Amino acid sequence: MGKRLGLTGNEAVAYAVKQADVDVIAAYPITPQTVIVERLSEYVANGELDAAFVPVESEHSALSTVVGAAATGARVFTATCSQGLALMWEILYIASALRLPIVMSIAARALSAPINIHCDYSDVMGTRDAGWITLFAENVQEAYDNIVQAFRIAEDPEVLLPVMCVHDGFILSHCLEVVEVLEDEQVRNFLPRRDRPNVLDPSKPITLGPVGLPDSYMEFKRQQDEAMKVAYRKVKEVGKLFGELSGRYYDVVHAFGVEDADVVAVCMGSAAGTTRYVARKLREKGLKVGVLKIRMFRPFPKNEVRELLKGAKLVIAMDRATSLGGAGHPLQMELATTFYTWRQKPLIMSVVYGLGGRDLTPMDIERMFNIALEYAKKGEVPEEALWLGLRE
Amino acid sequence: MTLIEVRWHGRGGQGVVTASELLANAAIFEGKYAQHFPEFGPERAGAPVRAYTRISDEPIELHTGIYEPDIVVVIDPTLLVNMDILLSGLKRGGVFVINISEPPSELKERCKELGAKLYYVDATKIALEIFKRPFFNTPMLGALLKATGIVKLESVHEAVKRRFKPEIAELNIKAISRAFEEVRSA
Repeated sequence: MGKRLGLTGNEAVAYAVKQADVDVIAAYPITPQTVIVERLSEYVANGELDAAFVPVESEHSALSTVVGAAATGARVFTATCSQGLALMWEILYIASALRLPIVMSIAARALSAPINIHCDYSDVMGTRDAGWITLFAENVQEAYDNIVQAFRIAEDPEVLLPVMCVHDGFILSHCLEVVEVLEDEQVRNFLPRRDRPNVLDPSKPITLGPVGLPDSYMEFKRQQDEAMKVAYRKVKEVGKLFGELSGRYYDVVHAFGVEDADVVAVCMGSAAGTTRYVARKLREKGLKVGVLKIRMFRPFPKNEVRELLKGAKLVIAMDRATSLGGAGHPLQMELATTFYTWRQKPLIMSVVYGLGGRDLTPMDIERMFNIALEYAKKGEVPEEALWLGLRE
Repeated sequence: MTLIEVRWHGRGGQGVVTASELLANAAIFEGKYAQHFPEFGPERAGAPVRAYTRISDEPIELHTGIYEPDIVVVIDPTLLVNMDILLSGLKRGGVFVINISEPPSELKERCKELGAKLYYVDATKIALEIFKRPFFNTPMLGALLKATGIVKLESVHEAVKRRFKPEIAELNIKAISRAFEEVRSA
């Protein structure tokens, strides 16, 4: 068993990246991700990590740098959030389409305006269609564990896709918790160096990222979509292998109390623990509620969602981001599509919470469950989202 | 032991966040589960700052603010001008620990109404004598330990040794031990 340390989310991410023995790091500091970059530059400066640390002038350059480095076969890492992630946007698509196994950490933070440094998923949801595997951490332990697994997933010869590991800004990035870390050697053995096809090598010249005109572009996109299907399976496999190594088994979702629940709240990130805490108390009172945590947002775990929610009368889609003017909010739309294209269609109640770091309190969650239980009884839900914790 | 929640009050630059972090790490050394998080926002020297600690024998699932603390620690007596904020949400039967040479009678009465136990120590004096600087944080950690027994003194010493250089650690251990001895119940 590994060491038991008190680490913040950012420290845990940096520690995992050091153990992964990356070759190139390029990153630009942005609150609340900054400590990741600070720790990694310290590790490189004091010789604990033998990597090239490239201090860049913007996030656009940070991702471009790791794209270039990854294309040569290097193991690479970057981290950002919010405006920084927005600035990376055009390179996100290039990273995934070039099939580069980049690992990026996101300390999720709201987008401006108004300027806000606190947690929500408006930054991550902006990358929804960019072709990145996306994992969410519920706590600091998971933030550490996800990074270790991400390199294994990304570099799998059948996957070769970038992975985004999200931990909630401030709520986890600046929260110190107990983390059981693996030994360096265990991580090295878990992440063996593998030969990759199509790397840039002056002795065997190839072209990466040429034009793909109407005669070939669609085929590239279809291949990426197929790679995502493989990634779905691989994330599950790696979660199991990681469990054999650490004792902490991971799947693409985590369910609590769903077997007999009338109402199941579906959420991501740090909200999952608080929601489970409330659900447990309500179940003690005999209320049939459950929680389904989505750990892997991309590819979206349709099979598990259908299987685990098949008995639910009502599903609550808890969104920490909005799709302004949309037919629904991001997670709500995923769930609606997941069920609409299937035989069973539970009611889906949309909840928007925690924008710009608005705290999600146990009281709010209890109120949400009570409202949902009423709707489940009536057999109908309102079309408009419930904005939890909104000052009215 | 069930879940214990602590709220720290101080001013930017006095080490409020460090005190909370040391407490969490001390609990982790004892094999317990703990969480420490600062109140987030622009950090300015002198502005009121809060930090929070959760300690439990079991894994902590909650990731939300602390609204009804079991324990409140005030490391700067000038914050008493707004007593309501300091006492806000303090659980009935909770503990209030403050850096002050003599607690005002109003505070004593308010704590009595809440059924809260009031402890005090002159951490300013201890800090100025030992550090020659206004670091009231670690003495108040010592006072908190004596008042509540929330973690062992040796665990905090260990946390301090890992956090600071040896000469600084030694001064902090001295300050913690002295406040541990000098804290009084009102």
